[in-house]
Amino acid sequence: MPADNETLDTVRSVTQSGYKWGFETDIEMDVAPKGLSPDTIRLISERKEEPSWMLDWRLKAYAAWLQMEEPNWARVDHPRIDYQDIHYYAAPKKKAGPKSLDEVDPELLKMYEKLGIPLKERAILAGVEGADQEQPRQIAVDAVFDSVSVATTFQETLLKAGVIFCPISEALRKYPDLMRQYIGSVVPVGDNFFAALNSAVFTDGSFVFIPKGVRCPMELSTYFRINTRGTGQFERTLIIAEAGAHVSYLEGCTAPQRDENQLHAAVVELVAMDDATIKYSTVQNWYPGDANGLGGIYNFVTKRGACLGDRSKISWTQVETGSAITWKYPSCVLHGVDSVGEFYSVAVTNNHQQADTGTKMIHIGKGSRSTIISKGISAGHSNNTYRGLVKVLPSASGARNFTQCDSLLIGEDCGAHTVPYIESRNRSAKIEHEATTSKINEDQLFYCRQRGLNEEDAVNLIVNGFCKEVLKELPMEFAVEAQKLLAVSLEGSVG
Amino acid sequence: MLDIVGLTASIGDKAILNGIDLSVPAGEIHAIMGPNGSGKSTLGYVLAGREDYTVTGGSVRFENQDMLAMTPEARAAAGLFLAFQAPIELPGVNNANFMRTALNAIRRAHGESELDAVQFLKLARAEMKRLSMDAEMLRRNVNVGFSGGEKKRNEVLQMAILRPRFAVLDETDSGLDIDALKIVADGVNSLRGPGFSALVITHHQRLLDHLVPNRVHVLAGGRILRSGGPELAKELEKNGYGAMLAEAA
Ligand SMILES: Nc1ncnc2c1ncn2[C@@H]1O[C@H](COP(=O)(O)OP(=O)(O)OP(=O)(O)O)[C@@H](O)[C@H]1O
Ligand SMILES: [Mg+2]
Repeated sequence: MPADNETLDTVRSVTQSGYKWGFETDIEMDVAPKGLSPDTIRLISERKEEPSWMLDWRLKAYAAWLQMEEPNWARVDHPRIDYQDIHYYAAPKKKAGPKSLDEVDPELLKMYEKLGIPLKERAILAGVEGADQEQPRQIAVDAVFDSVSVATTFQETLLKAGVIFCPISEALRKYPDLMRQYIGSVVPVGDNFFAALNSAVFTDGSFVFIPKGVRCPMELSTYFRINTRGTGQFERTLIIAEAGAHVSYLEGCTAPQRDENQLHAAVVELVAMDDATIKYSTVQNWYPGDANGLGGIYNFVTKRGACLGDRSKISWTQVETGSAITWKYPSCVLHGVDSVGEFYSVAVTNNHQQADTGTKMIHIGKGSRSTIISKGISAGHSNNTYRGLVKVLPSASGARNFTQCDSLLIGEDCGAHTVPYIESRNRSAKIEHEATTSKINEDQLFYCRQRGLNEEDAVNLIVNGFCKEVLKELPMEFAVEAQKLLAVSLEGSVG
Repeated sequence: MLDIVGLTASIGDKAILNGIDLSVPAGEIHAIMGPNGSGKSTLGYVLAGREDYTVTGGSVRFENQDMLAMTPEARAAAGLFLAFQAPIELPGVNNANFMRTALNAIRRAHGESELDAVQFLKLARAEMKRLSMDAEMLRRNVNVGFSGGEKKRNEVLQMAILRPRFAVLDETDSGLDIDALKIVADGVNSLRGPGFSALVITHHQRLLDHLVPNRVHVLAGGRILRSGGPELAKELEKNGYGAMLAEAA
């Protein structure tokens, strides 16, 4: 049981109110002028020293994007985004690799410290030579700062096991064949408005390749950080697990506290071959805006996994506490016979946050199975929508899906909505859907308070209990962090 | 230790407590009996600070503190414990974690150091052994899927761990088998001493055999109708409330 006993200690240790990751880091940046045009795309491709096919691919995506309309079916509401008012490229200025922590830009170190990354990891992230030769740790980290990946740890250790873990821009140079084969294979360039935009202008992200039969020897993780004012972050992640391979990957994200809205439009593609397993966990904590709904990140993300192989498995776990608006549907396309898709989600909205999130499970292979567990928690004036699609194609005999959507309301002014679509074209498929909506229960609150807990701790305890089925899916190290986040996100929602 | 004077309370427009006068000196155990719907549980809730009930008059002093002015959690920290007639389920909340959180909240309020998981488990296991309870109960979610009797035992366990100065036990003996009844009585008796008092709400004389009260009060229509020694409970067991209610009317 992950971190159960630490939960409340950590909940209490979070004494700061509001968003504690809201600092800005003052680092010398190389920033492209605002605006989106073929020239911007050429500049990005050039800065990244990309092969020419990649530039063509981007321009194709841009052309597709120009023909598309911003989607408006989600239950979210925001002023028009001016796509010409965004910087599409911002990178910390590169100097020669530092020899020790003393030579590293102190602002960069300060940022890592504030993000709670341990010191040794910070040294590695800052690129101190030899820092990762010391005793191995459990987690390899890729840090993406605005448009670029600033450092990836443990690359060498991982390479010994045959695992590639590097910035996607590096993969384009080093592993062009793999990249060419897989990029856009799960989320095509013209898939949707935001995916097309991302395909045109993505700047960095992580690339992971686990060869046949290899179990990745450590957790892989990426920290995403938007830092520069007026920039958008468009990262792209590609994970390939060959037959029998196994990997667990986690992403975390934060952004400075600003009164402007910033756009984050990422694409994540996962590919799992026969008997491969990919576990993808997200702790999303982009700046949500202030109590009046000013500022915050627009998080418009396309995440999709293809279970190409028989008995392959892709499992998405997400804890979504941040962003002003979340528009995100991590999905699984279950091609393989007996392949498995899972989606475990906690989405918390408070104040004026809006979340429209859920999943799509597309059953193509015989005997494919999927599980969806969604926990939505709304407080303040927020709106929280679960939107899901379970689709069974004629080929998917014996397919099974179980969906459970629970919503918890805190207060009178928030909303919870469940929009499940089910399309079954095979009679032998079995689809179960359960949904509940409840208010935070006065009996439970009183019971806890009678035992000595204050109201806020009582709410946290009840909310953590409500989310337990999802939180237990997170890698141990991050379960504590996630529980802390839940507490912080709900601060001020009672009393 | 606890002094209730002229306490009246209502829910919505409905008056439920109609002037309760009751004093429980330190070290004493008092039993409350009375017909269904007479206001016994309401009294427990009002003492514990449940906000659905409006206190319309009277006072409650607990060791010189004005208890009605305190939040439920402050009352708990001051040493008040209510064993619920129908204990509440907390899905997904681990029982051990719940009790440790509660204990640490109270310890913090007293300026005492908090117990870590290891220290707490040691304490909890010892208490469970003393109360002949299965340690398995610690691993389950609070009251979820517990049988009626298990829920009651879990209340007693919480009481044993939190060591209150004043406990209100609301029909903790109802639905218990004979062994469990003894556990409840042992739980209360083990706390018994000059610094502990309790109000035991019950419908049955049999609990009072194990847990001899100093006083027995009969609550009817939101008032204390009669008070007496342990023999009053025996009399009620024999004659029921009928005669007493008729006499009062
Ligand atoms: N939330 C409520 N809303 C409406 N009426 C209530 C509420 N709570 C209690 N009452 C009423 O107040 C009266 C006293 O209830 P209470 O639960 O205190 O009785 P009791 O003496 O504990 O009964 P029992 O022996 O059955 O447990 C009853 O008539 C009950 O219906
Ligand atoms: Mg009652």
